[in-house]
Formats: sequence, C-alpha cells, structure tokens
Amino acid sequence: MKFSDFVKAETIVPELVATDKAGVIRELVASLVEHGQIKADEFESIFEAIMTREELGSTGIGRGVAVPHTKHASVDQLIGTVGVSSNGVDFQSLDGEKVQLVFLLVSPPDRPGDHLRALENISRQLHDETFCRFLKQSKSAGDIQQVLEEADNNQYVS
Amino acid sequence: MPETQCSRTVRLVNAQGFHLRPAKLFVELASKFGSTIEVIKDDVRIDGKSILSILTLAAPQGALLSLVAQGADAQAAVDALATLIESGFDEAQVVYPASE
Repeated sequence: MKFSDFVKAETIVPELVATDKAGVIRELVASLVEHGQIKADEFESIFEAIMTREELGSTGIGRGVAVPHTKHASVDQLIGTVGVSSNGVDFQSLDGEKVQLVFLLVSPPDRPGDHLRALENISRQLHDETFCRFLKQSKSAGDIQQVLEEADNNQYVS
Repeated sequence: MPETQCSRTVRLVNAQGFHLRPAKLFVELASKFGSTIEVIKDDVRIDGKSILSILTLAAPQGALLSLVAQGADAQAAVDALATLIESGFDEAQVVYPASE
C-alpha cells in the first residue's frame, strides 16, 4: 500500500497548532471533515474512538512518530492524514520522545488487512532516517506531499 | 550460562493480525530477555525487539511466524513469546467503538 492510497494531499496539516495529544488528534480529524473525507456528524464519534484507543496504550511508536487510529463503521475505505508539529507533542511514547510526525488512520471495521498494510508502509518508510528528517523539516503541505510521493516511488527504501 | 539458540514456529491466531498493540506487547515481552530475538515470516527476518520492524511484517491472522532466540535465556524467551502469540494477545477482550 502507498501513501497516495490513503492520504489526500489537501488534508495534510503541515504545522499543527495544538500542543497536546487530544488537540492534535482533534485537529487532524477536523481536517478530514473539512476536506470531505469523513462526515461532519461523525467527528465526535471518531475523535472519541481514537482517544479510547490511545487509552489502551499510546500509539507513539518511537522516532518522534505516532499513529493514532481507530476502526469506524462510517468509513468504507481506509482514510488517513499526516500532521507535523515542529515543537513536538507529548504522546506518552514508549521511548519518551516527543512526537513530531502524526499519521492518523480511520479504517472500516471489516478490513484488518488494509490497516496492517498501511502500518507496514509507514513503518517501512520510517526505517529511513532521511524520510523522517525530510518530513519533520517540511514547512508546507506541498513539501509533505512531495516526500510522501517520493516514498511511494521507493526513493527512501528499496 | 551457555549461549543457546532456540526456535519455534507459531501461527498468529488473533483476527486483527500483528497490528500495533500486539507488536508493542510482543516487544515489551521480548525486551525482558537478554537473548537476541528475531521473527521470520516467509523470507523476511526482522529484529523482534523493534516495533517498527514487526509492523513491516504486516502479518495477518493465520500467518506462520518463526521465532529465533539466541542467548542464555533463549529457551525461556521463545516459550514466553510463543505463548503470547498463541494467546491471541487477549484481543477478544478489546472492544472497538463503532458508529451506530
């Protein structure tokens, strides 16, 4: 699976305003609503579901990256977006580092395979330091979109 | 204690596959052992103490995984990790919220 399969460029948030985990998740879900990827009346339900999942254990996976996510019956395909926080946000990650890159995923309840393949793609690319650094240094949605496209073309990992 | 190598092949039983929460549980347990731990799926061999590496397996329900541990506590590590995988990570107890 490629980033272009689940991240629409217009939903990317290049400079997250929020300074805490809940705020960042709210901001990214709001961006998905704003750009028509999820229905406005599902906003609270999806936000709450992602927060409930965080309570089971932080989705901060190290290297300054978090992957907050949930299944939700209101979507019929995997939907994701990306946010960057230049100052970093406390996500209670395993390694204790602040999170600068957030990949948020909402997937249909009956498609665990798509969720696994999205995680596979994200984690495979994150193995490359250059990919991580370029994303963290991105200043605009266009920059981020370009890095994701380059990743989709296997410019960072073979 | 002597360095030993132990391995065991187990089937991933939980419905959601090796997603983030199981990967974390696995790494947390693996990290309690001094032995090196590798997980092999098909022809891919990865570090069993790295969440990112486990996620790159994208192992679905039913996948066969070989656990290979090397070190003084290799046997205990393989036994504990195989038990965790075979338990299904208690996934049935996790209720995912869904819209009405």
